[in-house]
Formats: sequence, C-alpha cells, structure tokens
Amino acid sequence: MTAMTDVPRAARRPQAGNPALRWLRANLFSSIPNGIITLVLGAVLVKALVSFVQWGIANAVWLVPGNDSSACRAVRGLGACWAVIPEKYRFILFGTYPFDEQWRPALAVLLFIALYYVSTRRFWWRRELIYLWIAALALISILMWGGVLGLSFVSQDRWGGLPVTLILATFGLAFGFPLGILVALGRRSKLPAIRSLSVLYVELIRGVPLVSLLFMASVMFPLFMPGGFNIDKLLRAQIAIILFAGAYLAEVIRGGLQAVPRGQYEAGDALGLSYWRKHRLIILPQAIRHVIPPLVNTFIAFFKDTSLVLIIGIFDLLTTAKTAIIDPAWQQFSVEVYIFVAMIYFAFCFAMSRYSRSLEAQTTGR
Amino acid sequence: MTTDNPGSDGPGTDAPRLPPRQRFSFALGSRELKGLFWQVLVVGIAVAVIAFLWSNTVTNLSARRITTGFAFLGREAGMPIADSLLSYSPQNTYLWAFVVGVANTLRVAVIGIVLATILGTVVGISRLSANWLLSRIAAIYVEVLRDIPLLLQLLFWYVLMQALPAARLAWKPIEGVFLSNRGLILPAIPIGVGQFWVLATAVFGCVAFYAVRRYLIRQQMRDGRPRPAWPYGFGFIVLLPALVSWALGVSWSIAWPELRGFNFVGGMTLAPEYFALLIALVTYTSAFIAEIVRSGIQAVPRGQWDAANALGLRRSFMLRQIILPQALRVIVPPMTSQYLNLTKNSSLAVAIGYQDVVSIANTTLNQTGQAIEAIALIMAVFLTISLGISFFMNWYNARIALVER
Repeated sequence: MTAMTDVPRAARRPQAGNPALRWLRANLFSSIPNGIITLVLGAVLVKALVSFVQWGIANAVWLVPGNDSSACRAVRGLGACWAVIPEKYRFILFGTYPFDEQWRPALAVLLFIALYYVSTRRFWWRRELIYLWIAALALISILMWGGVLGLSFVSQDRWGGLPVTLILATFGLAFGFPLGILVALGRRSKLPAIRSLSVLYVELIRGVPLVSLLFMASVMFPLFMPGGFNIDKLLRAQIAIILFAGAYLAEVIRGGLQAVPRGQYEAGDALGLSYWRKHRLIILPQAIRHVIPPLVNTFIAFFKDTSLVLIIGIFDLLTTAKTAIIDPAWQQFSVEVYIFVAMIYFAFCFAMSRYSRSLEAQTTGR
Repeated sequence: MTTDNPGSDGPGTDAPRLPPRQRFSFALGSRELKGLFWQVLVVGIAVAVIAFLWSNTVTNLSARRITTGFAFLGREAGMPIADSLLSYSPQNTYLWAFVVGVANTLRVAVIGIVLATILGTVVGISRLSANWLLSRIAAIYVEVLRDIPLLLQLLFWYVLMQALPAARLAWKPIEGVFLSNRGLILPAIPIGVGQFWVLATAVFGCVAFYAVRRYLIRQQMRDGRPRPAWPYGFGFIVLLPALVSWALGVSWSIAWPELRGFNFVGGMTLAPEYFALLIALVTYTSAFIAEIVRSGIQAVPRGQWDAANALGLRRSFMLRQIILPQALRVIVPPMTSQYLNLTKNSSLAVAIGYQDVVSIANTTLNQTGQAIEAIALIMAVFLTISLGISFFMNWYNARIALVER
C-alpha cells in the first residue's frame, strides 16, 4: 500500500505481458515478505491437500457389501471409510422413524427448506407470510405425526435426525419471535413493573449457558408440575429453546426499536392510534427492517445451538450421528460421520450467512 | 371525481373516523389508570405462575423426601473428579467439589479467552492482507468454523484426541513435548515457595511499571519531552525478581516428562478432555473474533491511513499508534460478548466428560436430587463471571474511549 500510493501515474499504466503473471505479481509476490508468506503457505497447503486427497479420495472405501466393515478396517488410518454413510444415512437423517414411512420426514424437510426460501424473498415480506408459516407448520405437524388422512400415527419418541433439528429451530423461532417482540416492547415500556420483569427475564436467560437451561427443562420440569402431570421430553426442550430464543431475539429487536426516530412515535400518537396499533402499523415494521441482518445472524447461532439437545438425549441430527457409530462394526469411523453431518449444518448456515451478507450489502447500498 | 386514496370508497368513509377522537380524549384522561391496570395484570400473572410452580415444587420435593436448602453442600461428595487444578478427593464436601468445578471452568475460560484473542487477531489481520493466498485461507477458516455447531467441533476434536497413538508410541513434535491419547504432555517448572515469591515480585513489578509509565506519559504531555520507560520496565520486571531469586537462593529447574511403563512421569499433563475443549473453544471463538477485528480495522477511515503515510511513519508505528487505538473503540464492545460466549460455551464440557462447574452441578443434582439448588449455583457462578467480564471490559472500554473536549 505504501508503495502503491507514491508511484507516479505513468508507472501504473497497464504493462505489457501475460495478465496471469501480472496478477500473480500483484497479489502473491508484491514484496519479499509477501513472497515468503506465499511460498510457505503454498507448501503447507499443498501438503495438506495431498494428504487429504490420499485419505479422503485415493485410499477411501466408498461402498461395502452388506454390513461388513472389514474392508474399511483394512485401510484404517490410511483412507477414509465413506462406506459408513450409505450404510447409516437413513438413521442419521431420520432416526428411528418407521423405515417405510420415512418419505414423510423427508417431505417435511423439503417443506421447511421451501418455507425458508419463501421467507427470504422480499416479495413475501408482508402479512400473508404469517399465514403461510402457520399453514406450513400445520402441514409439517400432520406429516410428522400422521393419524389423519390415512397416515399412520407416529409418536414423537420415534422422531429423529434432521427433521427434529429443523423443528426445534423453526418452532423455536416461530414462538420465540413474538415473545421477543413482547419482551423488547416491555423493556422499553414506561411502566416500571413491566420493564423490570422484562429486564429480569432477558438478563437471567442470557446470563446462563443454554446447557443449564436444557438441564432445567429435562430435570426440573417434572418438579414444577402438579404430580402425575408430565409432558414429552421433546416439547420440554422446545420450551427451553423458545425461552432462550425469546431473550436473545428481544435484545436484537430492542436495537431496532431504538433506531426508529422519535418522530415516528409522535406521529403515531398524533394520529390517535392506540399503543398496540401504533406499534403494529408504524413502529415494528420499521424496527424489524432495521435489524434483519443481525436477526439472520441470531437465527444462525440459534440453529447451531439446537445441537446442544444432545446433552439431554434428544435425537436431533447430531445425536443420531453419534448414535449411528455406537454400532461396534462402525465405531472407529466417527470422523467420517461427523464430517458428513458437519456438511449438512454448514450448508444451512452458509446459505443463511450468504443471505445475511447480501441483505447488508443492499441496505448499506454498496 | 377521483379519490387520491385507493383504499377509501369515497367521501362517505371519512365520517366514521370521527368517533375515535372522543375515545382518544377519554383514553388520555385514564392513561395512568390503564398503565396501572396492565402492570397489575402482568405482575399478577407472573406471581400466580411462580406461586403455582413453587407450590408444585414444594409438594413434589416433600413427596420425594428432599429437604430444600444448601445444607447438602456440607456432605461428602463421593464423586471422582479426574482432572482438577485444586487438590480434591471424593471424601471432600460438595461445596469443595463445586469450587473445584469453578476452578476448572475458569482454567479453560481464561486460557481460552487469551488464546482466542491472539489467534482471532492474527486471522482477522490476515483477512485484510494484500497477499491473496493468505486472505483467502483466513476467509475459509472463518467461514468453515463459524458455520458448524461448536458441539460438533468439540466431539470431532475429542475423537481425534482419542485416535492419537498410545503413550508408548506418542508423537514428539519437539523435545520434551508428547502428544498421545493421554493428552498433551509438556515440560514444567516446579513452583515451590521460593519460586512463588519470585513470581509474585514479577507481578508486582508489572503493576509498578504500569504506574511509572503512566506518570512518565503524563509528564511528557506536559512539556513534550520524551521520557523512555523501558529502563524502568527492565528494572521492575527483570532485575527485581532476579534479585529476589538470588537473595532467597531459589534454584530453577525444568521437569522433563519421560515415559515410564505405560504412562508419563514428570512435566505437566493437559488431559485429552481439557485439550479438546480448549482447542474447540479457541478455534471456534477465534473465527468470530477475526470478523470483529477485521470490521474494526475497516471502520478506521481511509484518510487516517493516508495521513499516517503522508507523515512517513513506519508501518508498525502506524498500526500501533494510529490505526489500532481507533479500531479498538469499535472492537471492544462486541469482543466482550464473545468472551462471555466463550465462558458460557465452556459448559459444553459436559458432553466429553471434562468436569467443569456445570458437569459437577449435574452430577450433584443426580446424586442428591437438589435440582433447584444446583441450578441456582450454576446461575450464580455464571452471573458472577459474566458480571466480572462485563465490569472489566466496560472499564477498559471507558479507558480507550475517544476523549473529546
């Protein structure tokens, strides 16, 4: 940079020569230290790539007949055993859901993805989106539970894998979001009792790790309820996740509320709108638009955090992966399974973070 | 006649808009009453829910013959803790087990915060490098680590640790360092009473040096004459402890680990659980810190770089004295929340069996059934740590804030 700024204009004229070489010179070998960095990093990178290709592709076992992992054990340490994926993918993706009915969770996953896609389109950012969410979530519930329309009933004890991860994240969001709006409004309220309750809720939840909230949901919930009354483990975890999401989303939304100019509140008052109508029609639409990029970032964090339900033994995607390799024949190939699951998580999170970045670029007008 | 407003059906629709004015004036008069009503309602619901849960809990606990209260903390814990900083045996009380757990949490959190900050800063600066290869690699590092759940990364590292060779075939990257499925074994310096006093003197020296340096800078601000601080630094941090060491006759030795039988003797061992947790927390958090550092540096206006270049400053001086102080103002607040996240994320230790405070509270809860007390202790510990970090970072933030007249 120092060199660039004091070079006379004439010297920076496009030089003759191979454009590829010019690019190399400008981006990789602009100075001696830069050249050294390039060479060292290049060597390390090539070495890492070569050993990964040897392990992951050249020496890898892709398919084995039956449930026989001896071919894999023969190359252990030298090559990857990708054969564990075709062997176990149905269990990893759908858990113990009845095998012949697994098209239902698969369809539910597709519905979830379609729902996410639709929600990212600017065209759909209006009232109807809420109805669409309600309809889609209802449809997914019917698919998963069944019991109507000729679908056999499947209890939620048997749900597992990717649909459970998506359910925990999506329902957590769908309920946590309105909760977050209420708490954010409560925290900015002029009424002292409501304000302090909201502050207490947000700070208590944000102050402790999600793990302890989940423990609380799994261990203490039965203590809280009248004797004999108990609800399903999945639902308890879902409640903990909703409470958790509500507190974090409330803080993001509060930031948006603060960014709405005072004049907008005064205009709402001047029109004689009630508190709720003022917020619903004037303040919240602007506030939420302000914070869409941080909201998407919160969604990503939240999507990853659903994996913590592993600790209380709920069969989400990570737990099914971990359970799949308890099978003694495949026990030694957990790295391959973890890489497979990591790629699924990565696909979802990467898509969301790309989307968040494109939104940011739009709003800052770059 | 055309109406401007497509939503209204004609002039007739304007008439029904009048009544709300009356309602508005009525609402104005009773605004305080309405506010009171809402508060009473919400607080009433909250109190009712809590009372309902409380009475259920009391009934359930008495049915299970569990007495509430913290008296159980004095009982013998009887749980083994494999890897602890403080000395502990299963005959100790639950209270001591908790203290050991807190020490374990702090051990991973404090070292994790320091390492994550260093690694994150390096990666963040690398992302802005003019070297295309370096900035690409840094970008991929950040993207991959941020988009995979921490728990998955933790399990992955732990599996890799367990797949390491046994102690007899341990890897030896450099002399005295062994990496095996027993963890990372490093040479250590045994700390006795004499060594402790020397270290204490060195810490005192750092504090004294800091105070002297502040004084010297204040003097320089007054008359503009530069006063070098490094002789004081050398004196306080190197000479003074050396003098104490000589006076007390402390001998310094290095305990080299060596393989005896199936395990290592001497040196310092980082258990595989601790090591996996530390690596996972540091790499994961460093990806977030890298982004914060990058955006902080990018937030410094271009004119500041140009001005520093125009003055002919050296690049290192420019970064240290002009760019970083301005970037830090943007960096510190989000960094605080990353430190808090790392501390809270250290509770994932329970998944791989490193006994931090959450894991020990969980075992206590299973052994004694004192669920409320155990959760209350976890909350108290994390709230205290959170408050401590926030307090320190707010102090630091206030110190580096832009001083305006």
